[in-house]
Amino acid sequence: MNKQPGSLKQWIMKREVQRVLIIVLFMAVPLLLLLLFTYIPFLKMIQFSFYNMKYIGERKFVGWNNYIKVFKNKDLFGSLLVSLYYMGGGVVQLALALLFATMFVFKVKGESVFKAALFFPYLICGIAIGFIFKFFYFHGYVLDTILQAFGMELEDLPLWLQNTKINNIALAATSVWRYTGQNVILFLGAMMSVDSDLYEAASLDGCNRWQQFRYIILPSIKSIIVLNIILCVSGCLSAFEPPYVITNGSFGTATYFVQMNSVAHETQKVGLASAMAVVLLILIIICTIGQKLFFKYVFNDGTEDESRSAAKARKKAAKDRKRQERRRA
Amino acid sequence: MIRMKKSFVGTLFDVLKYVILVLASVIAVTPVVVCVFTAFKTEEEYAQGSVLELPHSFLYLENFKEAITKANMARCFLNTFLVLVVVLTCSVFISAMLAYILNRFRFPGRNLIESLFLFASLLPGIAMQVTIYQIMYSLGLINHLYGYMIVLMGTDIVSIYLFLQFFENLPVSLDESATMDGCTYFGVFFRILFPLLKPAIMTTLVLKGVSVYNEYYASNLYLQKPELRTISTALYTFTGPYGSKYNYICAGVLITIIPILVIFLIFQKQVYSGMAAGAVKG
Repeated sequence: MNKQPGSLKQWIMKREVQRVLIIVLFMAVPLLLLLLFTYIPFLKMIQFSFYNMKYIGERKFVGWNNYIKVFKNKDLFGSLLVSLYYMGGGVVQLALALLFATMFVFKVKGESVFKAALFFPYLICGIAIGFIFKFFYFHGYVLDTILQAFGMELEDLPLWLQNTKINNIALAATSVWRYTGQNVILFLGAMMSVDSDLYEAASLDGCNRWQQFRYIILPSIKSIIVLNIILCVSGCLSAFEPPYVITNGSFGTATYFVQMNSVAHETQKVGLASAMAVVLLILIIICTIGQKLFFKYVFNDGTEDESRSAAKARKKAAKDRKRQERRRA
Repeated sequence: MIRMKKSFVGTLFDVLKYVILVLASVIAVTPVVVCVFTAFKTEEEYAQGSVLELPHSFLYLENFKEAITKANMARCFLNTFLVLVVVLTCSVFISAMLAYILNRFRFPGRNLIESLFLFASLLPGIAMQVTIYQIMYSLGLINHLYGYMIVLMGTDIVSIYLFLQFFENLPVSLDESATMDGCTYFGVFFRILFPLLKPAIMTTLVLKGVSVYNEYYASNLYLQKPELRTISTALYTFTGPYGSKYNYICAGVLITIIPILVIFLIFQKQVYSGMAAGAVKG
């Protein structure tokens, strides 16, 4: 054995050793965090969902009972319907963002001011947004005053956050207010990646704005739109912030997550809350896969610009080539 | 003649475009502007006048003083600042190092690890908090600022993707020539590649910084002592005592918004490009 001083250093300096060392060292922390805060909680969540338990104290195995409760309890499972309002909001938001982003691609004076005004709400903290809109919707305050200025009577106006017919729409609107600007920036980023000569050439060839939008802009941002729709649906299923901070889930505004949060932390039914989380997770995965398949079927892959027929032709050509090679061999 | 008609339609479109943009910007700004008005109003002004009226003077700062002292905002700003510095620094290094390994080395289990991170982005964060709370409790990390920092570091899949993408575009020949010159792997990472990651680091700082500054759910759960509150949870305490005294509440809201507004106005370009870059994950 070599016991010379510096042998440890030499050993470390060997490339193979160094390789292993750096892989282990650099991955230790992220993997530990991933296990500790993602996978262990994930597995525990599945385990807890079969128990009747609180954070501390006895646990009792109850089999599928928690899941049966989730589906039978109208308050819990029915709250998923509230998500539909947020999905409606999501559609409005995507459409508005597309409109504004298209406007910004063609030259606009004062672009940076408009962009900043639209985008800024995204940076405000959820709690602050909660207060801003509590104030905004409060009876006789901001919104009502504005509407009165347009000649409406205060008595005719509804209580925006208490009236069960409109309060969910009012809440979904806050979410549109918050995220539209962010979507504009995302779409604009993708649109700007198109060579600007293309627009010029198109307008010289006599394309109108609609044609430019349809044939140049839309294809360039197809994949980001699909990604946003997928994110939007899973985001709507797990909508949480607006009802949590503005109404605290009262008057029928509680979404699934708000219900889950109160089950978990107010009544401390950890098992039931875990079952709810598992159900939602399965729903989100089904929706994501379903949408991916849908887009794959409708617009080939949703991410590629190659059309279906072109893809087919390419695959066929590749097959033919292989067959020929085999024959030759 | 035809040309005239075309330009008429063109100007009509232009006018319509500006009308829509101005209207949308006004709608986007109104809820916040009303808050600004209200924050400068005295008790009587607030009680009597319409909410849309301008305050008598924008120098009336009592509401701000009250909000800062009652919610102990100075302390909360310090907490938030500490959390930001530690979490951002660690996040950048952790994600960059992991991305380096996943991008530059091939070893057994590499694909498994990459898909583990990919799948993790599908799991809804708040749903997991029920069991994360249990783990935090058993590790004794509740009610410690460092515990909260660790939680925020743990869920950082977006920035890992950003760095992975960025490494794709850094040529491997850079590494190779550095190794030829006798650089160790550590040297390659810290001396050669890390400085080149600057754009990706900026993006991560923007995205992560905004989300950490505005985070309140975990903060509410894991930092229950009043002296450990962060800015957003400090603001949440206004719910109880002030009820509908919105002149104080609006002052509190503005105090939390101003720092991020200032930073946004200074770094507008970086914020936009950061947002756009963050979207291309997956």
